[in-house]
Amino acid sequence: MSNVLLQTYYVAWGDIMFLKHNFLNILVMSVMTPLLYLIAFGYGLRSGSTDIGVSYVAFVIPGIVALSSLSSSFASTSTRLNVQRLYYKSFDEMMLCPLSLTAIILGKSTLGLIRGLISCFIMYALGLFLAPELSLNPLLIVMVIMSCVTFSMLGLMAAMLAKSHQSMATFNSLVILPMTFLCGTFFSVSSLDPVFQGILYCLPLTHSSLAIRSAALPDYLDFEWVSALVMVCFMVAFFLINYYLLKTRKFRSALEVMGDGVGYPHGVHADIAPQHQDADPGLLRLLQRLPELGVGGVIRGEGSHVRHLDDERRVGLVALPHAFH
Amino acid sequence: MGDIIVIEDLVKTFGDKRALDGLDLRVGEGEFFGFLGPNGAGKTTTVRCISTLVRFDSGRIFVDGIDVSEDPIRAKDRMGVIQQQISLDKDLTIRENMISHAMYHLIPKKEREKRIAELTEYFGLQEYLDKPVDSLSGGWKKRAAIVCAMLHQPKVLFLDEPTSGLDINARRLLWDVLRSLHQRGTTIFLTTHYIEEAESLCDRVGIINHGKVIALDEPRVLCDRVGSTAVEYMEGGKTQYRYFKSREEAKEFVSSLDDADNVTIRNTNLEDVFVEMTGTSVGSQK
Repeated sequence: MSNVLLQTYYVAWGDIMFLKHNFLNILVMSVMTPLLYLIAFGYGLRSGSTDIGVSYVAFVIPGIVALSSLSSSFASTSTRLNVQRLYYKSFDEMMLCPLSLTAIILGKSTLGLIRGLISCFIMYALGLFLAPELSLNPLLIVMVIMSCVTFSMLGLMAAMLAKSHQSMATFNSLVILPMTFLCGTFFSVSSLDPVFQGILYCLPLTHSSLAIRSAALPDYLDFEWVSALVMVCFMVAFFLINYYLLKTRKFRSALEVMGDGVGYPHGVHADIAPQHQDADPGLLRLLQRLPELGVGGVIRGEGSHVRHLDDERRVGLVALPHAFH
Repeated sequence: MGDIIVIEDLVKTFGDKRALDGLDLRVGEGEFFGFLGPNGAGKTTTVRCISTLVRFDSGRIFVDGIDVSEDPIRAKDRMGVIQQQISLDKDLTIRENMISHAMYHLIPKKEREKRIAELTEYFGLQEYLDKPVDSLSGGWKKRAAIVCAMLHQPKVLFLDEPTSGLDINARRLLWDVLRSLHQRGTTIFLTTHYIEEAESLCDRVGIINHGKVIALDEPRVLCDRVGSTAVEYMEGGKTQYRYFKSREEAKEFVSSLDDADNVTIRNTNLEDVFVEMTGTSVGSQK
């Protein structure tokens, strides 16, 4: 156990250094979106009291805290891993080392946890000034931590499965963004149509909102033990999925994405003569960005032609003259 | 010294493409082994399978007597891998990358500081330690990557086309680095499609094509199998190649040609060996 914890710290160390180098940027980014939601929904649209007997601001702040745990934790972990896998290729370096898979999962989730906690607690500190009904207690802290860990692991899973930066953006648009607005963050899920409720109760942010809100308003709401248990289940489920992906190497290794085109339907093989590499950095940058468009490729240092490779057919041969630059 | 890498009947398929087709290979401890083949032949896939980055379909791989499927963690501790593309974390400095790698191998703090100091001095990287990764040129990044891979003192170092993308000076400097590492006792497994690299560095060379090893021996022995002397000449608008056991035989042949002006007599190289065995050149696409 202590070995796993030590390995977890070692895995997380690089991300902690990343956080240290970019702390101010990260701090601003972590707080900006939730703050805007608070201003727009909590303050701009404030509408008196709710049916549980608290102000709308007191109602919405725990929801925004839940939202912060999703947006900050998910985004931190997924973006960092996505860049390491697809752009820097440094995630494969970690996979080449004798680390336990548990340590890798926990370690890579740490950045998301830290950023999520920073974001949540700044929001809640602000919220305590705006809504005196809110309470700060150990149960709330546990729920926030659990939320951050769960969404961090979701981010890890999404980043491992993403084939490109574009597919990460698609996941954000199709899954994260709808969750943000619909999962009990700004209004009670119980006020919706039962069929719609059924769908929303299958999503983790709904339970995160319910658990955090009930922990934040103990004088007005009974604690949502069922939602807390569901959050634990989601956390365990995401952990197990991540474990499975790492164990079976079902994630898209950067080497597979950027390999010789084997196993990847569309590949670009670029042979750039050494003397051209410094002369035309623009070309190299263009080729290196092709994976973002869903095109895998390899850049080598010999020759001066670009080929588009397709498993079924050759699209064509484009020769770059030596006088290209 | 025994075999430090043993690969038995290795098969790996991507979709309906058989990247490795029953590959068998043994590499002795302390050897500088070259794995030569064209793009798409299976070189990188072989390294990925050995280093456990990719799960293979069937076969067995042993590194220092450890089955990489049964005990990947122990096996990884025996290996250092330098990938084809530089895979340092660009959000960290060179020193932070090295510390990270040392941590991944669970090296205690005092020991990792000592090893980083030793290796960075050996490779001349001291002044670059606190600089961002992107401030270094390709050759220096490769050296930093080698230091990262060597921190845990692996028994085997895998280099996947390490000089790809480097200019000729950087390439030659890296060759010197690899020779010195080999002299320190590290087994080196190098994949390349540069003939002169394989000929210059390697004790033994395995030639791979279509996922199988088609030739395996010392570079000179492989060349002698084909014929130690090559004659290049033009015929019908195409370059033709003939191989002979001696220069005398080659000269005799040249004297029989109509157009002796466009003829080159040279030593046979590994590309000649490859072409003779497969009918295609090493630098061509599959």
